[in-house]
Amino acid sequence: MVKIKYLFVSVLLLVSLPTFANSSGKLLATPGVSQVEGSGGGGIVPWAQLAGYASEDEFSVNGFCSRADVSDYALNVCGAQLNLFNRVELSYAKQEFDVPALNTEIEQSITSAKIRLYGDIVYSQWPQLSLGIQHKSLDDGTVAKLVGAEDTSGTDYYLAASKLHLGAFAGYNWFWNVTTRYSEANELGLLGYGGGNADSAFLFEGSTAVFLSRELAIGIEYRQKANNLNLGEQDWKDVFVAWMPNKNVSVTAAYLDLGRIAGADDQTGWYLSVTGYW
Amino acid sequence: MKLIAVGFLCVGILMGCANKAPPTLYYQIGGNAGIEKLIDSFINQIGNDEQVFHYFEHTNIAHFRQGFILHMCMLTDGPCKYSYAGDSMVDIHTGMNITEKDFNHVVDLLVNAMNEQNIPHPIQNKILSKMAPLRGDIINI
Repeated sequence: MVKIKYLFVSVLLLVSLPTFANSSGKLLATPGVSQVEGSGGGGIVPWAQLAGYASEDEFSVNGFCSRADVSDYALNVCGAQLNLFNRVELSYAKQEFDVPALNTEIEQSITSAKIRLYGDIVYSQWPQLSLGIQHKSLDDGTVAKLVGAEDTSGTDYYLAASKLHLGAFAGYNWFWNVTTRYSEANELGLLGYGGGNADSAFLFEGSTAVFLSRELAIGIEYRQKANNLNLGEQDWKDVFVAWMPNKNVSVTAAYLDLGRIAGADDQTGWYLSVTGYW
Repeated sequence: MKLIAVGFLCVGILMGCANKAPPTLYYQIGGNAGIEKLIDSFINQIGNDEQVFHYFEHTNIAHFRQGFILHMCMLTDGPCKYSYAGDSMVDIHTGMNITEKDFNHVVDLLVNAMNEQNIPHPIQNKILSKMAPLRGDIINI
């Protein structure tokens, strides 16, 4: 029922977008898309770009929904971002993690902020640099406690750098982003925070893509994971295609390889995400 | 004179130059004729645009056209002598208060013009990469 509601709201937003569209001050595709915790980014990595097409004189509001379907689990996320003058990004996302084997659904809320410290991914000499924070909280920490997590809420901090190189590869535009994250989260926090095996909390994340045209990019992502619970949590990888036909909508599809999740090996599958901008 | 010397050098090393130096961007977009068509498309795009037309309202279009053609010839490594004693980029744009948003919109219009002239995507990007560093001399002044 909740999914139908989300779908309805999404369709409504998309249909009404042209009416409200008021910010378009960035070049097409340069804001990136919406990552799985609600921040502007790729699919699994938050990027240095701020979500939405607001330039320094504008603000923008974006909404998105994403779904990841892997071997034994599914994750639904919907959220929204507010971009203020391309300086500050505020976002909220709600995650629903389905565990069919246990007939259980784990829900998590994520409130985030990102500030652009320097630059512009296209024009500045050095890469664009942003600092972000994601505060996450499980609605019900039963499963997290059961698997040995210390907390049911936690806060991630990250520093991201990104750059778009015009015409870099035989004339095609090349994008990269590198993110360092401080996090105690287990599987995004869906399995709580911390644990008996907690180790180095600084994690590396990266994305890179090539634009085949103004509207179409293909790329890969990597996200290092901690193994706090001693459940063999593994790094995440994906290959994605992003289509940005105009400044009102983007659609991203990806193939995911999330490794071992809560004892279940080889979690591979598909990801689909739609963001509306206005 | 220099050109002739380079020419002799090329013959001397038996076609070595023919394979080495790729044609400059200038030739890839059709030389002067190609640039003229591109700039005319671009001017047409601006003329039909509500958002940024006002910046050009008092512009001498013929002067702008000639200046831009020469500038584009230089940016694309064409055989143009920059004897142009016109204003600098900063002088031209000072007082116009061009916003970040409108600058990017003009880039969109240039892309439209390049599409109209069937300039291939990779060549478009190479042209844009030559122009991007000029942004600091154009916006918010």
